Amino acid sequence: MIKLTCPVDPEQIKKLRAGDVVYLSGTMYTGRDAAHKRLCELLEKNQPLPIDVNNMAIYYVGPTPAKPGRAIGSAGPTSSYRMDAYTKPLLEQGLKVMIGKGPRCEELKSWLAEHGAVYMSAIGGAAASISESVKSCKVIAYEDLGAEAIHKLEIEDFYAIVTYDSVGGDLFADGIKQYKK
Amino acid sequence: MRKIDLKDVTKKIKELFIDACSNLPENVMETLKKAKEQEQSPLCKDVFSQIIANAELSKEKQLPLCQDTGVAVVFLTIGSEVVFEGDIYQAVNEGVRLAYTDGYLRKSVVRHPLDRVNTKDNTPAIVHIKMVPGDVFKIDVAPKGGGSENLSTVKMLIPADGVEGIKNLVVKTVAEAGGKPCPPLVIGVGIGGNFEKCALMAKEALLREIDDESPDPIARELEKELLELVNNTGVGAMGFGGTKTCLAVKVNVHPCHIASLPVAINLQCHSARHKSANL
Repeated sequence: MIKLTCPVDPEQIKKLRAGDVVYLSGTMYTGRDAAHKRLCELLEKNQPLPIDVNNMAIYYVGPTPAKPGRAIGSAGPTSSYRMDAYTKPLLEQGLKVMIGKGPRCEELKSWLAEHGAVYMSAIGGAAASISESVKSCKVIAYEDLGAEAIHKLEIEDFYAIVTYDSVGGDLFADGIKQYKK
Repeated sequence: MRKIDLKDVTKKIKELFIDACSNLPENVMETLKKAKEQEQSPLCKDVFSQIIANAELSKEKQLPLCQDTGVAVVFLTIGSEVVFEGDIYQAVNEGVRLAYTDGYLRKSVVRHPLDRVNTKDNTPAIVHIKMVPGDVFKIDVAPKGGGSENLSTVKMLIPADGVEGIKNLVVKTVAEAGGKPCPPLVIGVGIGGNFEKCALMAKEALLREIDDESPDPIARELEKELLELVNNTGVGAMGFGGTKTCLAVKVNVHPCHIASLPVAINLQCHSARHKSANL
């Protein structure tokens, strides 16, 4: 079991390998399609981002509204491939960890190698369980996007599995090869 | 004639969506538990354990199983002896609005596919109405997530493609989707009819009980074969590689044109949420 603190130590991220189970604690941001689109539009215009992504983790999630007494609503990962088109510019800004679900574009692996970053999977559909590892949740940008706004999360022992590492490792490809009949 | 008050429709729709989003049907839980025992990959076995634990926690604390509480899909089966005053679609949408706002469910609907402004109450619902003889008024609701819906497909095959063409299409759809639609899946397949009919049948197939069998002997046999073929893809839970990619395949069929073999495949994630009630 590997424990990671966010913002991350870039050297520790480079050592991670596909298949590693990690427990993340600290701070991370949320972002989905609409927020990613806005971030990339700012970068295109050379304007500052509302969040500093250097050495940070972005979790692809749009939570349900929190019930009274809870830090966050149900908060499982969304499909990551939809963020592929927006990923390269954010890696160039120092983003080190992306957390979502499902396979992504082939080019991503070379971007991860170039920037020493990783892609992790949370368990899709385990949204109630995952919400237990979120201690606080605050909207910090694009409030008008509702569930798609950028939230800052304080997390404790957030479970994820490294799926693409920074040296070309791919848990999906290896796993499916092993069990395909 | 039996009179139905549309206020009761609104109330029931609200209850059903809130119920569906937090309480996985018992037979889906049983199917997940059985699949976990059969799964050969230790990692996927662990994924199954987490999915089951999540469903137990959701039920205990009445939290949505998944943050994607879906587009609200509603099927109404209305007997010809039933009468009501007013706008049935409005009554349904009001129930959806109340469920998603009062029930702490996520609002995942935009008013226009291209300007993409959120409607903020998850309306409008997608409503299908079927007229039948008698005085029944049945409501089926299915909150349908975007992740699995995005990987669904419709293909107009031709008779020469035959059953092999259908099998190849289902396997290709599941293998290419990999972990994106949140396997283990339930797969709804509509065969026959025409372009729109097969898509509707694929959706209706997902409303069937997970442990039922098709009354059509050809469809029944095909369901078994497809389940085995899909599990042979090795995709596994979350696409991590495993032996249980799919929990059940449901095939619905309909007569079709001599020139056509329409096939629709509607993928459902493991959060196979649906509830129904009679008024």
